[in-house]
Amino acid sequence: MSNELKFLSNRVARGLMDRRSFMGRAAAMGVGATAASSLISTAALAAGPIKGGTIKVGVQGGATTDSLDPATAANDTAIQVLRMWGEPLVELGQSGGLEPKVAESFSSSPDAKIWTFKIRSGISFSDGKPVTAEDVLATMKRHAGEESKSGALGIMRGIESMKAEGDNFIVELKTPNADLPYLMTDYHLIVQPDGGVNDPAGAIGTGPYILKDYEMGVRFVFEKNPNYWDSELGHASTVEVLVLNDDTARTSALQSGQVDMINRVPPRVAGLMDRLPNVDVRTTSGPGHYVFIMHCDTAPFDNKDLRLALKYAINREELVEKILFGYGSVGNDTPINGSYPYFSDDLPVHSYDPDKAAYHLKQSGFDGSVLLRTSDNSFPSAPDASALFQQSAKAAGIQLDIKREPNDGYWSEVWNQQPFCTSYWGGRPTQDQMFSTAYLSTADWNDTRFKSESFDDLLLSARAELDDVKRKEMYREMSLILMEDGGLICPMFNDFIDATSNRVAGWETSAGYDLMNSYAPMKMWVAG
Amino acid sequence: MSPLITLVAQRIALGLLLLLAVSVLIFAGTELLPGDVAASILGQSATPEALANMRRDMGLDEPAVSRYFSWLFSAIQGDLGTALTSGQEISSQIASRLGNTLFLAFWAAVIAVPLAVFLGLLAVRYEGRWPDKAISAVTLASISLPEFFIGYLLIYFVAVKLGWFPSVATIYPSMSLGEKLHAIGLPVAVLVMVVLAHMMRMTRAAILNVMQSAYIETAELKGLNQFKIIWRHAFPNAIAPVVNVVMLNLAYLIVGVVVVEVIFVYPGMGQYLVDHVSKRDVPVVQACGLIFAAVYIGLNLIADVVSIATNPRLRHPK
Repeated sequence: MSNELKFLSNRVARGLMDRRSFMGRAAAMGVGATAASSLISTAALAAGPIKGGTIKVGVQGGATTDSLDPATAANDTAIQVLRMWGEPLVELGQSGGLEPKVAESFSSSPDAKIWTFKIRSGISFSDGKPVTAEDVLATMKRHAGEESKSGALGIMRGIESMKAEGDNFIVELKTPNADLPYLMTDYHLIVQPDGGVNDPAGAIGTGPYILKDYEMGVRFVFEKNPNYWDSELGHASTVEVLVLNDDTARTSALQSGQVDMINRVPPRVAGLMDRLPNVDVRTTSGPGHYVFIMHCDTAPFDNKDLRLALKYAINREELVEKILFGYGSVGNDTPINGSYPYFSDDLPVHSYDPDKAAYHLKQSGFDGSVLLRTSDNSFPSAPDASALFQQSAKAAGIQLDIKREPNDGYWSEVWNQQPFCTSYWGGRPTQDQMFSTAYLSTADWNDTRFKSESFDDLLLSARAELDDVKRKEMYREMSLILMEDGGLICPMFNDFIDATSNRVAGWETSAGYDLMNSYAPMKMWVAG
Repeated sequence: MSPLITLVAQRIALGLLLLLAVSVLIFAGTELLPGDVAASILGQSATPEALANMRRDMGLDEPAVSRYFSWLFSAIQGDLGTALTSGQEISSQIASRLGNTLFLAFWAAVIAVPLAVFLGLLAVRYEGRWPDKAISAVTLASISLPEFFIGYLLIYFVAVKLGWFPSVATIYPSMSLGEKLHAIGLPVAVLVMVVLAHMMRMTRAAILNVMQSAYIETAELKGLNQFKIIWRHAFPNAIAPVVNVVMLNLAYLIVGVVVVEVIFVYPGMGQYLVDHVSKRDVPVVQACGLIFAAVYIGLNLIADVVSIATNPRLRHPK
């Protein structure tokens, strides 16, 4: 690369030269548009953030029926909006681990039963009131209350008592839990003045932006919070979040420059979009997975051999290639993958093996056909994936019938009701949380009706184990139990596919969910 | 009293009666849905006590007939109740949504109606020759394509490739009129293309029908020029069918544009209704149903009155 070009790209990054003339100069030197564009991104990262300007974000998932109350947030748009104006006690770090937010630091008693969060000193809510441990306490109480409709109620159940002492918020647990701080990263648990009891949907928080104007399910406008404590976060002076539910509307809004970043790029167009000169497609491998779930307590799926037969009868590579278009990785019938902190990569692999499947089918003594229910909204292209499963199972002599259910009512009538259906999981930040949400015998969302005493025991002892090596070994064993005995067929983990225009810079791969765990609008900046 | 006023009064009374019948249908339809409002608010975790409490609070334990009348009377007074999902007044929510929908429909109509009539007149003037055929071919082609397809085509060529208009038509109160009009450029274009053919063909057919009459021949023999004959002599007699089809299309522009709203992310009534249907927010669905029915009936009423007013035979019945 010529020094001149490098010099010029730095000028663009510092805002001294406009992008169009740079592209012109680069073309004159025989450098293609894509190469020139990536030069600018590199230079922009090296030059550091530029303050000011407006970033527009197009996200999927919002509806006019949403509320600003953090307790009821349940879709991508609601999470994005919460992240802008509010903060939890702690947050997932960029590369795993935890980052302090409203809590400056935290520590636990040696047995991980009592946790103390020290509230950051000198920070205030956007209405000017200082943040106290009492506010944190009131917030947590609101989400933990018996009457609470909070989506975080489930993770608050392990708490015995909570109190505020000076600057400290102290949690005492019923049973030890080494992962408690991870639970506090839940997006519902935004610290609100007086816990938001009086005004749950007031959107007053400690976040880097302040909500200025909004229309539910349409548009949210934020302005920079001038008193925000962390100078690393929130570079643009205005951020606009637009609800764009239609896939084509979202991708074309990015292409035509109406928004600077979007989430949920459909896999089938991601490759095409990446070829556009002004757009970068960003993939992040995450804990989300697409699943086929069987009820372990309902015939014929109460037969372990039949479950194994079905696990060996699915062609995972084919699904990743044809359903995810390569934007994902093969799953191994455990909900855990490399994005979890204590992941073991040495587990035996369930691969497509019609002979083994036929063997287990014979062992099971089951003769007949299995009914699989699916719908378009259980995961993208779920009916197609079911048809592929049907074909690969046929080769093993398993007769799979597919029943297509309507999207409307799928989550109330089919999922967690019918014995065999397609579904998806977004994943959780830790193994403990994932297993306790869906695989513990008493879990709220035990959608495979999996009940195993040894699994439950391991989960509780791993939760209290502070030795990382032992803990990792326990989680390995739990994954093995699930693979062998569980009702989960997890053929694939889906990547998050986002896209950004080259008007903004500063993208870095992050742990968590899409759009840099929804922090992209705050961590990225307007580059030109 | 003049017979015209009597006729109009009759029509209005009939319209109101029809609206009342529709309100019964809407109420009965939502009653037939499985589960009731209390069950859909409380969800799966509902206990029998909580359900009973909620039903009593909402007056659901009263018989359907008395609930229908209390709903009807508050609806007449402009109180459409509160949305179950957000707990907000439905009337104020709907007001801004309906405003947006009317804004889009208004500008689509302002362009489509005169254009359709003009093209219809033009087609009659050059009947059977190439302008007639070209107009018919283009408008029929545009009505034959599904509206989402036209929408995507326009987004791709006009918004992405040429960058003339935005692909996202979100409008909000702080925008100036000019900005709003620029934002809705593409959805208006799609709607115009969708409704144009119907109105144009009807204008053409109605005028051609009149053109067979003896008095047109007289006008021709007087030596009037062709366009003047069509505009001054034939068109006034063809107004009734044209107004009918115009009103039908206006109603479509208001109540039938969900697909266009979704594609262009336009915050109108359609999107609002769909969101609430999927959340089983029955009061909002009832309110939207009632408003849509009122729009349909109202516009058809106008069409009837205009046809009567422009037709001396109907004005002076024997």
